[in-house]
Amino acid sequence: MAEHISLMVNGTHRELDVEPRRLLVQALREDLDLTGTHIGCDTSQCGACTVQVDGKAMKSCTMLAVQADGASITTIEGMANGDALHPLQNAFWEKHGLQCGFCTPGMIMTAADLLSRNPDPSDEDIRHAIEGNLCRCTGYQNIVAAVRAAAGALRDGASVPAGA
Amino acid sequence: MTDVLGKSIKRTEDPRFITGGGRYLDDIKLQSATHMAILRSPYAHANIRSIETAAAKAMPGVLAVFVGSDIPYNPLPMAWPAGGSAGIQNNINTPRVLATDSVKWTGEGVAAVVAETPEQAFDAIEMIVVDWEPLPAVVDAEKAIADGAPQLHENAPNNVVFEWSVGDKAGTDAAVDGAEVVVRQRVVNQRLIPNPMETRGDIGWYNPGTDEYTIWMSSQTPHIQRLLLAAFVMGIPEHKIRCISPDVGGAFGSKIFTYADMPLTLFASKALGGRPVKWVEGRRENYQSTIHGRDHITYLEIAGTRDGTVTGVRVKTLANLGGRLSTIGPGIPTTLYARVLSGCYKIPNVYAEVTGVYTNTTFVDAYRGAGRPEATYVIERAMDLFAAEIGMDRAEVRRRNFIQPDQFPYENPSGLGTASGGAKIYIDSGNYEPAMDKALATAGYDQLDAKKAEAKRRGKLLGLGFSTYLEVCGVAPSKWIGAVGEGWGAAMWESSNIKVHLTGKVVVTMGTQPQGQGHETTYAQIISHELGVPMEDVIIQHSDTQGTPFGYGSYGSRTSSVGSTAAIKAADKIKAKARRYAAHMLEAAPEDIVIDGANYSVKGSPDKVKTFQEIAFALDLAFDAPEGMEPYLDETAYYDTPNCTWPFGTHIAIVEIDEETGTVDLVRYVAVDDVGNKINPMIVDGQLHGGIAQGVGQALWEGAIYSDEGQLLTGSMLDYALPRASMFPQFELGETVTPSPVNPLGVKGVGEAGAIASTAAVANAVMDALRPLGIRHVDMPFTGQTVWRAMQGSKGGQA
Repeated sequence: MAEHISLMVNGTHRELDVEPRRLLVQALREDLDLTGTHIGCDTSQCGACTVQVDGKAMKSCTMLAVQADGASITTIEGMANGDALHPLQNAFWEKHGLQCGFCTPGMIMTAADLLSRNPDPSDEDIRHAIEGNLCRCTGYQNIVAAVRAAAGALRDGASVPAGA
Repeated sequence: MTDVLGKSIKRTEDPRFITGGGRYLDDIKLQSATHMAILRSPYAHANIRSIETAAAKAMPGVLAVFVGSDIPYNPLPMAWPAGGSAGIQNNINTPRVLATDSVKWTGEGVAAVVAETPEQAFDAIEMIVVDWEPLPAVVDAEKAIADGAPQLHENAPNNVVFEWSVGDKAGTDAAVDGAEVVVRQRVVNQRLIPNPMETRGDIGWYNPGTDEYTIWMSSQTPHIQRLLLAAFVMGIPEHKIRCISPDVGGAFGSKIFTYADMPLTLFASKALGGRPVKWVEGRRENYQSTIHGRDHITYLEIAGTRDGTVTGVRVKTLANLGGRLSTIGPGIPTTLYARVLSGCYKIPNVYAEVTGVYTNTTFVDAYRGAGRPEATYVIERAMDLFAAEIGMDRAEVRRRNFIQPDQFPYENPSGLGTASGGAKIYIDSGNYEPAMDKALATAGYDQLDAKKAEAKRRGKLLGLGFSTYLEVCGVAPSKWIGAVGEGWGAAMWESSNIKVHLTGKVVVTMGTQPQGQGHETTYAQIISHELGVPMEDVIIQHSDTQGTPFGYGSYGSRTSSVGSTAAIKAADKIKAKARRYAAHMLEAAPEDIVIDGANYSVKGSPDKVKTFQEIAFALDLAFDAPEGMEPYLDETAYYDTPNCTWPFGTHIAIVEIDEETGTVDLVRYVAVDDVGNKINPMIVDGQLHGGIAQGVGQALWEGAIYSDEGQLLTGSMLDYALPRASMFPQFELGETVTPSPVNPLGVKGVGEAGAIASTAAVANAVMDALRPLGIRHVDMPFTGQTVWRAMQGSKGGQA
C-alpha cells in the first residue's frame, strides 16, 4: 500500500513510506514534523503551504508526496542557519511584515522564488508575485516593504545562510 | 536605559513565526491522539428522520461514531440577548453539540467520527447514512419575516429573534416627518466571511486519573470558554476544565465564541477513556460552521435643513442572525450598532428599530468592527446622500454637524448614555475637524474637479469618497455593558499578574489573548517603562487558564486600553511594595524613597540607592523582611474601565471606474486616524493596514452568497473574493493625537478602526464617481458586473 520515497529536505536525506494519496504538505508536517509549513485552505488558494521544490516555489498541497521522490525540498525551517536568518526573514521582522504569522512561511518561500528570478523587483512585481499567497492581517503593505528591503539587502551583499 | 514606550520596537514574538517555530493548534501532537471528523448537513433546512452509523463504525481505524442523542450536554449558550434585562423578548435557539431532530443551515454538524488518523475519520463519515426530510428554506431576512415564509423555530414566530429599539421615537418622528429635507434610502450591508488564515480547531483531552478536562483551542477567549463550557454546556465544575489557546493564526472576531466542536472533542475524549481527540477545521467547514459577519438590510432616513444642519436620523434594520444564534449574535446589531449610529455628529434626534431574524444560513456574530462598521456605513452614506440632496459640499456638511471639542463629554441621543441604573457612557473626547482637514489636504480634495476631468479623458470615472468615522472601543465598563440592561451577561474588566523573580526577571501574565496583534511586545514595552527594567528582562504570558488570571480576552479593540491599564495597575502595586522594602533596606521612610526607573533612592541622598533588581533579590529571599511584609514581588490587578474609548478619523478613498467595463480600481487611499497615544507606532500602522484592507474588501469584492435553497455558493476560497496583494494601492497614513482621558497611557485601541472606516469611504467614492450618471446608490460589493449593470441602467439600457 505505502510507497517508498527518498528526498532531500533542508539539506538532509530522508526516506519515507507514504500512502499514495498523501500530499507533500502532509508528509512534511506529519511524517517529518516540519510544522512551519501551514495548511490554510483546501483548494490550493492560500499559499500558506508554499515550499521550494528543486529551487522553485510550490504549493505543497498541489503535489503528492510520491511526486517529490528524488526532489530537493526547502521549507521555512531550512531558511535560517541557527541564529543566522535569511535576509527575507530579517526583513519581515524589521518591516513588520507579519502579524499572526500563519501566512508568513509561505510568503517568505514565494518571495525567495521571486528574488531568485528578479533581484530588483518593483512594488508591482512583488504584489503580482505574491498573488497566490493570501494574508488577512497585514493588507500586504508591510509584506511588500519587507520583500523590497530584502531585495535591497541581497543586492548589497547580505549573506544567505548555507542550505537556504 | 532607553525608554521603549511609544517606540516602533521590533516584535519579540516574530523570531518564532519567521522561522517556522510558531505553535498553532494543528502543530500540537499529543501522545495517543485520535482524530475527529464531523458530518455536516448538506441541506439548509431539513428534519433528521434517522441516522445509520453501523457501516461507518466498521471502517478501518474507527474508534467511535457519535450522533446528537449520544451527547448529554446542553445546547450552546447565548450570552448577549438584545436589551438584556430591559425586558425585550428574545426567542433564543442555539446549536446543540450535534443536531438531533433538524438542521437549520448547510454545514450544521449531525454526526462525528473519531479514528486513528484524520484520513480514516474522513473516509468513515462518508459511510454515515442520514435519512433526511428536506424542508423549504429561506436565506434572506426580508423574505424570512414575510407572510408564508418557511418557519425555522416554533418559539420564533415569523422567524423573529427580537424586536428592539433605541432613541426617542416621538421626537425623531416629529423631526423627520416635519423636516425641510428628508432623504430615504435602502442600504444593504452584505454578509462577510471572516477568513483568518488559520481555521479553528480543538484538541480535547479528558484525564481519567484526575477527572479533569483540558482543551487546546484556537480561541480569542480561553477564560470565557472555560466558564461557558463548564457551567452552561457540559455541567461540570469550572475548576475541572483548563483551556489553552496556542498561537492563534488570526481571528477577527470569529474565534470569540463557543462552538459545538469544543465540547464535542472533550466528550469524545472521555468516551474513549482519555485519548486526546483532535479536530482541525477545513476551510470549507470554516466557511459553513464558523460565524459570518454583517448582513444587515437598513432603511435609513436622514432629515435636516437646507443650510446643512442634520436634525434627525431614523432607521429600520433587519439583522440576519442565521439559523441558530451564536454566542453574542443579538448584541452586535443592537448595542454595538444602533447605539453609535449618529457617529461623530451632533444629531439631536436619532431613533432605530432593529429586528433580529432567523434564516437558513450560518450564524452571524462579531466580525472585525462588529456593528460599528454597519453603523458607520449607514451614517456616512446618509451624510453623503443628504449633502447631495441639498447641493452642499460633503466636507462642509460634516463640518457643520461635528460634535465640537468644547461639547465633550457628549451624550449621544441613540442611547449610549441612557443605560438604566444610572451608569452612563459618554463620548469623552475628540476633535474631528483637524483630522478631516489633514486628510482632505493630503488627498488633494481642492483639485478634485481637475482630477475628474483628467481621468475622464482616459475613459475613467474618478470618484473621491470619505468617511469621518467615530468608533467606540475599549469595551467596556462592566456596570454599563453588564448588569444594567445592555444584556451582555458578564463583566468586561481585565487582569494582570506580575511576578519579579529572584534574578530580577519579570513575568507578566495577562487575561487577554493575542491573535497577531503583538501583545508580547507591547505589554513588554509598557512594563519595561513602568518598572525601569530592560525589555528583554520581561516576558509576557497569556492564553492558558491555568496560570493566568481570569480575563475576558481580546476583541472590541479593548486590549490596549483595558488590558494595558490592568498591567500598569499591577506594576503600580509592585512598585509600591518595592518602595516599602527599599525604605526598609535604606532605613528611610517609604514616602522619602524617590523612584527613578530601576533606582530607588532616598530623597536628598542619591548615593543611598538600591536597584529594583537588588530589591527583588532581597525581598524574594526574605532573609531580612520586616515584620508584616510578605516575601516576593508578586501582585495582581483587576481593572474595570470607567468608560469606553473613542477613536476617530477621516479616511479618503479615490477610485477610478472604467467607463466601458465598470471595473473599479482603488487608486489612492488616505487615512488620518486619531487613536490617542501609541504604545508601538509600527504595530498601530500594521493594524490600520489590515483593517483598511478588510473594509475595502467588503466594499469592492467580498460577499457570502447563498442560493435560494440555502447552499453557500461562495463556499471555498475559489469562490469567495478574498483580496490579494495586487488589488491594493499603498495606503497613506497620517495621524492626529488626542489622548484618551480614560486610561493612564492615553490610548484608545486600533484593532478595528481601519475596517470601520474604510468600507464607507470606498462606497462614497464609487457613488461620487457614478453621480454624474444620475446614480444615487448601489449596494456593495462594487464588482465590475454590479457597477456595469448600474451604468447600463442609468443609460436606459438593460440592467
